Amino acid sequence: MNNGNGRRLNGETEEDDDDEGSEGDLDAWERTYADERSWESLQEDESGLLRPMDNKTLYHAQYRRRIRSLSSQATTSRIQKGLIRYLYIVVDLSRAAAEMDYRPSRMAVVAKHVEAFIREFFDQNPLSQLGLVTIKDGIAHCLTDLGGSPESHVKALMGKLECSGESSLQNALDLVHGYLNQVPSYGHREVLILYSALSTCDPGDILETIQKCKKSKMRCSVIGLSAEIFICKHLCQETGGSYSVAMDESHFKELILEHAPPPPAIAEFAIANLIKMGFPQRAAESSIAICSCHKEAKVGGGYTCPRCKARVCELPTECRICGLTLISSPHLARSYHHLFPIVPFDEVSSSVLSDPHNRLPRSCFGCQQSLPNPGNKPSLRVACPKCKQHFCLDCDIYIHESLHNCPGCESFRHLKSPIATEE
Amino acid sequence: MPSAPTKLYADDVSLLVVLLDTNPFFWSTSSLPFSKFLSHVLSFLNSILLLNQINQIVVIATGCNSCDYIYDSSLSTNPGIENGKLPALCSELLKKLEDFVTRDEQLNKQQSQSLPPTTTSSLLSGSLSMALCYIQRVFRSGPLHPHPRILCVQGSSDGPEQYVAIMNSIFSAQRSMVPIDSCYIGSNNSAFLQQASYITGGVYQKPQQLDGLFQYLSTVFATDLHSRTFLQLPKSVGVDFRASCFCHKKTIDMGFICSVCLSIFCKHHKKCSTCGSVFGQAQSDVASASNLKRKTPET
Ligand SMILES: [Zn+2]
Ligand SMILES: [Zn+2]
Ligand SMILES: [Zn+2]
Ligand SMILES: [Zn+2]
Ligand SMILES: [Zn+2]
Ligand SMILES: [Zn+2]
Repeated sequence: MNNGNGRRLNGETEEDDDDEGSEGDLDAWERTYADERSWESLQEDESGLLRPMDNKTLYHAQYRRRIRSLSSQATTSRIQKGLIRYLYIVVDLSRAAAEMDYRPSRMAVVAKHVEAFIREFFDQNPLSQLGLVTIKDGIAHCLTDLGGSPESHVKALMGKLECSGESSLQNALDLVHGYLNQVPSYGHREVLILYSALSTCDPGDILETIQKCKKSKMRCSVIGLSAEIFICKHLCQETGGSYSVAMDESHFKELILEHAPPPPAIAEFAIANLIKMGFPQRAAESSIAICSCHKEAKVGGGYTCPRCKARVCELPTECRICGLTLISSPHLARSYHHLFPIVPFDEVSSSVLSDPHNRLPRSCFGCQQSLPNPGNKPSLRVACPKCKQHFCLDCDIYIHESLHNCPGCESFRHLKSPIATEE
Repeated sequence: MPSAPTKLYADDVSLLVVLLDTNPFFWSTSSLPFSKFLSHVLSFLNSILLLNQINQIVVIATGCNSCDYIYDSSLSTNPGIENGKLPALCSELLKKLEDFVTRDEQLNKQQSQSLPPTTTSSLLSGSLSMALCYIQRVFRSGPLHPHPRILCVQGSSDGPEQYVAIMNSIFSAQRSMVPIDSCYIGSNNSAFLQQASYITGGVYQKPQQLDGLFQYLSTVFATDLHSRTFLQLPKSVGVDFRASCFCHKKTIDMGFICSVCLSIFCKHHKKCSTCGSVFGQAQSDVASASNLKRKTPET
């Protein structure tokens, strides 16, 4: 990093307190750029190409702060997340959904982002299920049952995009309540309502329905597309959900994606349970078998239930023959790095570095990049507290952000800690 | 990467990271002697360098107690044949490999004094993690770099205790779009390598005739990623998606999943050893009577 940039940064933090400092004479738009002055740190390489800016140490410091805060959080709270969720998305397709304040229409915008949401949801909640309900002409329809396949939901929604009539919050809640009451008790019951209308046309007392939902521990959230409505706010407050009103399309996208990660500690809403599951094998690409879901002969692909050996086409699903829940184990494994986070690496102190008796590794254990023995610079190496191997700053970031394994700890048998101790 | 911009990186330039299994427990039982195996692999590595002069190879040894880099063609001063002697590739690699195997064996002796030898698996999770770190460094070197891929030449059986670490590596490789090819020369199939190749879009192959190993290596694994799109490479013969239980590190095809943290167990436990949840009971005191009704655990 060049010095000019560093000085500027220190200056900036001081100025944060007394708002308008030396830069008070700049216009507001100038100030946003004056803080960064990113053009000053541009560099060219030998062939005249622009080199990416060298703010590595800065970036690394930021990253270390984040890692530290994360690891302190992890020690204070146990890993308990509502990882198995049963979510109904209620899409309001009343007359109001045709309004064109969103382009091309509210309905089209909602559909587009619901599609993205569904994919994101299954990525982040591998064992969860989702269903779609629409409200049209004052009646709620179930578009898709709870299921784990994103494709079928997206297809069903895209095929039913037309709107008319009034909206009815109560009818929708009643319908969803009926379904969610049947889900296993270890699951989190959630409803996400995307509400376009400014009114609700209900057959009875909606407050009773809200109490009913509250009793069944259904967490109801609403994203409004027009303006705040009291009854929606009341519903969310009562059931512990969140209520928000989108200002424009990008805001709507942001709001809906907030519902994709598992909700924080609502553990008391569900009961911990052990669920019996099967991990089917994927059949050879050339094999021919009749699947139990479509009752058709198919070539290649497909999975075999480990209990009854029936063939199914897609995972996750429930075996049609023996009822075993079938999932693909890599799906589960995607979330395991949350369970076994690797400890933050320690910065190698300058006293260790300057001590001539220490024979320091000359290169990064991970990528073999040579580690400079710094004189006056801040240390450019970190060490794993467990295996004591040294790593470069880039590997440090990669290991903690993406790989989630310490190459050093994984490379020495006696250091490998057992995943979990027997009870 | 020294003087990288001067090289012309077309789409068929490869960086091949080879993970060699050096596990003595496997090689003492294998029908193919280790020396024969090495001569096949060395010819293969030489042919990769000959296919394109700026192809790069990195070899990492996967031992039983440790892993280490044993060859990097970008560091090698003279990769060509030198007045009739062995090519630098062979001499350098063989020397490093020998050092590595002795060191690994010493660790084994130190181990067996304190602990009885429990597993005979190789530390694939270690060499995979190292390979991925190396590849990230190549990605960082600038917009022009060879196309990386990983080839695992593995013989020993899976170590179920590495399950989480290997899955983490596989997902990281998938995110960086690095295919993991597997050439499995052991007796049964490797579930880890099958999953690794399936998820990352690599090729999994189990040669039938180990005498023809070079032929398998050169016909299946020598092709660069760009040319692969034009070839009919071996199709998967199925993927073993079994998982390892967290309690005994056994490979299982049916098991129990903790609904809170998704840990896998091979039998019913009262309490989750990972997240501490007590099963079949309310999570907290506020659980209402309606929840208690459903308390009976599922079988
Ligand atoms: Zn089917
Ligand atoms: Zn079955
Ligand atoms: Zn590194
Ligand atoms: Zn470590
Ligand atoms: Zn077990
Ligand atoms: Zn658990």
